[in-house]
Amino acid sequence: MLKSLIIILMTSVLVNNYVLNKFLGICPFLGVSKKLNQAVGMGLAVIFVMLLATLVTYPIQHYLLDKFNLGYLQTIVFILVIAALVQLVEIILKKYLPSLHRSLGVYLPLITTNCAVLGVTINNITDGYNFIESMTSSLGCGLGFLLAMVLFAGVRSRIENAHIPNAFKGLPSTLIAAAIVSCAFFGFAGIVENLFG
Amino acid sequence: MNKTSTKKVSIFLNGLIKENPVLVLVLGTCPTLAMSTSVISAVAMGISATLVLVCSNIVISLLRNIIPDKVRIPSYIVIIAGFVTMVQMLLHAYLPSLYAMLGVYLALIVVNCIILGRAEMYASKNGVFNSLLDGLGMGLGFTLALFLMATIREVFGNASFAGIKIGFLENYKIAILTQAPGGFFVFGLLIAIVNKIGHNKTVKKKEFSCSGCPSASFCHKNLCEENTLEKEEKQHA
Repeated sequence: MLKSLIIILMTSVLVNNYVLNKFLGICPFLGVSKKLNQAVGMGLAVIFVMLLATLVTYPIQHYLLDKFNLGYLQTIVFILVIAALVQLVEIILKKYLPSLHRSLGVYLPLITTNCAVLGVTINNITDGYNFIESMTSSLGCGLGFLLAMVLFAGVRSRIENAHIPNAFKGLPSTLIAAAIVSCAFFGFAGIVENLFG
Repeated sequence: MNKTSTKKVSIFLNGLIKENPVLVLVLGTCPTLAMSTSVISAVAMGISATLVLVCSNIVISLLRNIIPDKVRIPSYIVIIAGFVTMVQMLLHAYLPSLYAMLGVYLALIVVNCIILGRAEMYASKNGVFNSLLDGLGMGLGFTLALFLMATIREVFGNASFAGIKIGFLENYKIAILTQAPGGFFVFGLLIAIVNKIGHNKTVKKKEFSCSGCPSASFCHKNLCEENTLEKEEKQHA
């Protein structure tokens, strides 16, 4: 049991990294990874929202949509629930936990329509995970996002100071750096089977 | 050609080339990178997104005077999600192999910022026919960019085009192009080429932070990168 959970966690953090391998959540990855503290804040907010979204969408799928044969409504229901949830959490945090709102709250609206969050909730259902496995996989995906953001913030601070051809300034150089970071993560393929299998 | 029809054509061509959503505006990067491993999946993704974009643009344009301003974003999302569900059901019923190939990315058309962006920036302010043309142009621009990227990745990475083998490249495959790093690499190169052709005009216009995102205008009080940074600094001070 514990072993399978560790495998799910490690797979989603390292092997199937959401940003570098599955291309989900590229916009915040490219947009908010300029400064390390911003990258950390965004990453933590994504972990928080992913866990929360899974916590809510899992029972909706299994006790509402599946029970009444409404599986085709999954996309509409999930996106609305996630969007409403993020708004609600922002309001609650603002009122009752202003300190947490200051550190995470500014990133929450940016995540509402983030494809990584919707992607993780749908993937958890299609992969047939039970509730605990779903939560583990969401945690793993969030941690993987945080890891990619933090690593890439470091890489980008180096690019800023480098001399590059004009046409490559800005986005192209960032994307090519992302390709190299992604190559590094490629090396993790197969590690989970060998370590825990 | 008279004046009005020239204008209509320019609306259509605007999305296709001048403001190509992927290569110039740098929107919808997630599906572009993920679905450009093969030409067939790229074209399927492009056509599905175009269909959703055209339909949602028409409906949003029709409803633009009815939807109250405060709830417009949730309304747009519901309309878009409705059309995405229709496309999902159609593909599931008639083209199950494509449905399996597109996987989760089909549902993720809902959060594709090109579609929400055009709803907010164009369809909510313009007439039905213009919105239709705009949706068609932007959608085909998206498809074109995906097709271009997929062609490069499939021909050089897998020595085939749309599943048909190319014999003389068989021994010179660059396999990594079909993998994740190749996606980032080819996309970076393509944007660099577009920058070079556009004499770097595009870079200045659209930096790739949130300020370049169409969602920025409704993404709550413009909480974009710079604003976030400023706020943080104020709080620390």
